Amino acid sequence: MTKRHPLVSLLCASLALSACATLGDGDASRVDLILKRGELRCGVSGKIPGFSFLQRDGSYAGLDVDLCKAFAAAILGDSSKVQYRPLTAPERFTALKTGEIDLLSRNTTFNLTRDASGGNGVSFAPVVFHDGQGLLVQRNSGIRSLEDLKGQSICVGSGTTTEQNLNDAFQSLGLPYKPIKYQDLNQVVAGYLQGRCQAMTSDRSQLASARSGFERPEEHEILDDVLSKEPLAPLSSGGDQQLSDAMRWVVYAVITAEEMGITQANVDEKLQQAKENPDLTKLRRFLGVEGDLGTKLGLSNDFVVNVIRATGNYGEIYNRHLGPDSAVPIPRGLNQLHRDGGVITAPPFQ
Amino acid sequence: MKLKRFQWLELVLVVMVLTVVGILVNNLAVNLIRTDLGVSFKWLWQPAGFALSEHTVAYQPGDSTAWALLVGWLNSLRVIACSIVLATVLGVGAGAARRSLNPLLRRLASLYVSLVRQIPLLLQLLFWYFVAFLGLPSEPLAPVGSLIRLSNQGVAILGLNLSVEFSAVLVGLSVFTGAAIAEVVRGGLDSVPQGQWEAFRSLGIDEATGLGRIVLPQALPAILPALSSQYLNLAKNSTLAIAVGYADLYAVSDTAITQTGRSIEGFLILLLSFLALNLLINGVMQALNRIAVRPAQRI
Repeated sequence: MTKRHPLVSLLCASLALSACATLGDGDASRVDLILKRGELRCGVSGKIPGFSFLQRDGSYAGLDVDLCKAFAAAILGDSSKVQYRPLTAPERFTALKTGEIDLLSRNTTFNLTRDASGGNGVSFAPVVFHDGQGLLVQRNSGIRSLEDLKGQSICVGSGTTTEQNLNDAFQSLGLPYKPIKYQDLNQVVAGYLQGRCQAMTSDRSQLASARSGFERPEEHEILDDVLSKEPLAPLSSGGDQQLSDAMRWVVYAVITAEEMGITQANVDEKLQQAKENPDLTKLRRFLGVEGDLGTKLGLSNDFVVNVIRATGNYGEIYNRHLGPDSAVPIPRGLNQLHRDGGVITAPPFQ
Repeated sequence: MKLKRFQWLELVLVVMVLTVVGILVNNLAVNLIRTDLGVSFKWLWQPAGFALSEHTVAYQPGDSTAWALLVGWLNSLRVIACSIVLATVLGVGAGAARRSLNPLLRRLASLYVSLVRQIPLLLQLLFWYFVAFLGLPSEPLAPVGSLIRLSNQGVAILGLNLSVEFSAVLVGLSVFTGAAIAEVVRGGLDSVPQGQWEAFRSLGIDEATGLGRIVLPQALPAILPALSSQYLNLAKNSTLAIAVGYADLYAVSDTAITQTGRSIEGFLILLLSFLALNLLINGVMQALNRIAVRPAQRI
């Protein structure tokens, strides 16, 4: 009998261990896990200048990265407590589904299949960048429209909606074409520059950001044809209302801050004003001086202040990475506030 | 029945492995329940909705995802089969050359093996594709009349048209595996007693005949098992084709997975397809082993 002991104890241990996996997850919100861990795990691309790109000093920077920082500031009160996970397009949903990352901020297109429980079953935050798919061709190639690309090779990244849009557009026009698929945008660019394809396709923002790295950017042009709507939004794994609500209202917070003229530089001044003047009810509610909006979301009541201190408002984030003085200037277009002629707007903080 | 010490160790090991697998499966189940996703394969019969640049059987974006996966599997099979043939020719040639009497041949073969074995396969594939093949001019080069035409739009050998992607994977896999096979062949040749070489040379039999008729047949029992493991490696390495845009099984399922969101089912199909492929290769090699090696020679 004594001989059986090690095996029995091992069996017990293994049972206990497999039970752990069940108990650890359960119905609790991922927010609790993030708080316990003291760190937010954010999935990014890491290869798209202006959105998420590895800097010389080893840090990440870009619009997507700033949103990771904003979420960390709202949930943990500290925008530096983010662990970035660079992911390829096909890896991203698996990483989210298996719980390897808490949320994804990786220029991901918001669409029905991804949102629905019968598809990827994720929860999208509001759109943070309205994009559209385009085609990049050589200026001297004589290609001016989709019809000119009949029967030609087109370089495209695999595992993206890009691939499907390309097919939809060409199929509906009855034009045959040859997709040359690579796993990674860098390879798409290399294939195109080496002359394997007559055109490369991606979101127009990515085409602009890729072209900025070419030796002679002026020899290439983005066609006027827009193949699709590409609303890009951060997302979390589905079925976690606390986390998805928190993300939704952090995005709305940076948008509302721009509408209200609250910036990284003046947020403390505005907070002071709100505290001193009880008549500024809208501002007081927004900054968490009165009411319990933050608490309702399961965040600190002044999460908006933490977010704006960390990243500034939406316009500031945009201009920092995609503005006219940035390395990847993309005109704001649709991404202007609604009052300026764009489509960016936020529901009230009430 | 009393268990011996090593049997205890085995038992413990089995339990540990089972525990880890149990935790993984449990985790997966928990997460699937949490995200409300069951396992379903209905998406296989829906239209794929993506084009493929290369297909050996008829394919259109309107065909089912299952059909697209089959096209990918056939593409994989095609490049694996061609690479196995080419790698074997290269490997046997280089392996034999390392034991040749000609010092130049010996040096060249040794240079090839040591160079290729030091560089990761992915880098080699990227080199063959982006530097070697895409570096060709767009107007076809015809080095030997009209037998071979090379350009960065495709390769034509005796009227057979190959895409640049296929050619790059074929050459990359063959050159890489060829170097490994060369070492296997050299090891096999070394297992044949030196006296056999001396015997045929002293009888005045020329090198090629002596090697082919006397030394190689005796080296086969040592070569074949290691050779089949190289073939299996080659098959598994073929998934790197996705890096150079070749529409192999992995690339197709990659696209299917992102478009349907069915990553767990997709990877399951991928695993089973490769299992089937490798069992096929393994079966062929075992049959070959039985035919080529007389029972007395088997080791």
